[in-house]
Amino acid sequence: MTELLRADHLTRHFKIGGALSRRTLHAVDDVSFGIGEREIVALAGESGSGKSTVARLLARVYRPTSGVISFDGQPLARIRSRRDALRYSAQVPMVFQDPFSSLHPVFRVSHGVLRTLRLHRPELSPRERQAEAERVFTVVGLGADMLQRFPHELSGGQRQRVGFAQALATRPRLILADEPVSMLDVSIRIGLLNLMTRLRDEEGVSILYITHDIASARYVADRLIVMYAGQIAEAGPIDDLLASPRHPYTQLLLSAVPDPKAPPPGSEALAAASGERGEPPKVIDPAPGCRFRARCPIAIDKCATTTPELRALPVAEGATGRAAACHVAQADTEVAAFS
Amino acid sequence: MLEVSGLTVEYAASRPVRAVDNVSFSVASGEFLGIVGESGCGKSTLLFAIAQLLTPPAEVTAGSVTFDGSNLVTMTQRQLSAIRWRDLSVVMQSAMNALNPVKSIGAQFADALRAHGRPSRQEVADRSAEVLRLVGIDPVHLRSYPHQLSGGMRQRAMIAMALLFTPDLVIMDEPTSALDVVAQRSLMTQIKELQASLGFAIIFVTHDMSLVSHFSDRLLVMYAGQIAEIGDTRRVFGQPLHPYSRGLLEAFPGIRGLRVPLTGIPGAPPDLSVSRAGCRFEPRCAARMPQCGTTAPDLVSRDGSDVRCLLYAGSGTEATMDAASADASTSTDASTNAGTAQ
Repeated sequence: MTELLRADHLTRHFKIGGALSRRTLHAVDDVSFGIGEREIVALAGESGSGKSTVARLLARVYRPTSGVISFDGQPLARIRSRRDALRYSAQVPMVFQDPFSSLHPVFRVSHGVLRTLRLHRPELSPRERQAEAERVFTVVGLGADMLQRFPHELSGGQRQRVGFAQALATRPRLILADEPVSMLDVSIRIGLLNLMTRLRDEEGVSILYITHDIASARYVADRLIVMYAGQIAEAGPIDDLLASPRHPYTQLLLSAVPDPKAPPPGSEALAAASGERGEPPKVIDPAPGCRFRARCPIAIDKCATTTPELRALPVAEGATGRAAACHVAQADTEVAAFS
Repeated sequence: MLEVSGLTVEYAASRPVRAVDNVSFSVASGEFLGIVGESGCGKSTLLFAIAQLLTPPAEVTAGSVTFDGSNLVTMTQRQLSAIRWRDLSVVMQSAMNALNPVKSIGAQFADALRAHGRPSRQEVADRSAEVLRLVGIDPVHLRSYPHQLSGGMRQRAMIAMALLFTPDLVIMDEPTSALDVVAQRSLMTQIKELQASLGFAIIFVTHDMSLVSHFSDRLLVMYAGQIAEIGDTRRVFGQPLHPYSRGLLEAFPGIRGLRVPLTGIPGAPPDLSVSRAGCRFEPRCAARMPQCGTTAPDLVSRDGSDVRCLLYAGSGTEATMDAASADASTSTDASTNAGTAQ
């Protein structure tokens, strides 16, 4: 699979506190990953893990503190002119979390789509613009008549479809979707997830799906990247990764996902669960060492002194592309910190 | 212990909205009742009505809430104050908004304790430290302000506050919705442990059905202001009776097992200010029948559960339901039209 986008050693720090305190929040620290053509990559992690910062770095909302992002082999740092910037944002649009605040309430929903088209595809005549707006609305399952509606006339799910239609209007190659379904009701979510799969299969678009919901990630994504405290804990093909998670944090995360179909856990499992307080660390001026070690039952001495790097893991026959940032997992194929 | 009977809440407007419509159920002491439903189904309004916390334009227009033998709906504010915190406490959705930002945790605990008696300074300190320890927070945080605690700790502090006295009933409105899955599970297990050791009853409102699947004894599924189904939690998950419950369950992708295409439920919940004949779920229902558009179903008992669906109104309905479920699982493209249905 050819790589559409590549991030290498991507890092973003924020200065915090007043003028006198020089503290630095390490929102994203030395993160490297790629996104292929026609691929849905899920970026999962708890709040504060840096996943939204990654999306904003890719959307050029933030500049990286260090590290390189390349799109189609070209580093983003080379974008200087407004024309290049527009071209990039057309190819890599964003879909936002909150469909209630991301649409302008006083305009019909056609407004956003038509404006997007005028800005990014000025060669289209007004009639072609209208036809294209109708096309993208149909693709996302809304129907052309919906263009004349106002946002308040639409349900949350329909509004989020408008968000995807707007993104689609620019003929994107990669959509950055930051928690696109988390504000929607359960019964509506699946429809949007199915839409994302369809955009990949039928429109050939890649999607970076940012979420805290592992189950929905598994439903749509090809690959999974798990972030913890600004770094990648584990990455790999999603089915393989979820079937045999190797990083202790991934194991903890998976063990915490409620599974209504499973029998209720026994009292020992419950006792073990309530001992885990589930507090992620604040990543302010971090010392070297693994950031998960305070919560990790299998930490070794090395974890306190050396930050583990994301390295390829030895895998079973036929499996590829597994990587984890864990000293123990890199040395041993059998890691069982949480079950 | 708690008996809700025919409870109806309306929001006054030019077209009044009946957010809770003739809801009846009971909670036994020590029981864990989960209430699930989508946004706008009236679950939070129901909970506020039980706790008598409704503010205009919302008003209880019919029904009663009987708690330990007395009707909360007709009580005066003074009578309610005597019960609140002591016998019945409420844990709100957002602890950040529910805790006073300019008072320390300890001061807020002391306020609640002094509202029900004249405890000595030492008694206040002892009891406050005790409940904080119960929820796993170091008592040094009595001197902390809410912003100094993490989200998980704030929610724990709220729960500690609800347990200052030994209430018979704790009402919880999505207390874990702002937390990550790991923190969520840890808080849920802790709530369950506290319940086992202290013996209070819980009404737990959530939009996330899977969250309560392992914790609640009984489950109440709400749709459009009404009870769609109420019954034993394991039964509702194993064999949902109402097509809406079934749809909700099928809308959850799993993290284990085969990846299968799911459909969700097409359409959107109805506008409650517009009254309609027939079943409120009918426009979205995969198992709808001709009479569903005209006949409003009543709650009927079946195998120890109550369900509001015409499939169960008569006899010999089992076959119909099976046919309907097969129908639902084959219409995989229904969800792609979800946006257009309404």
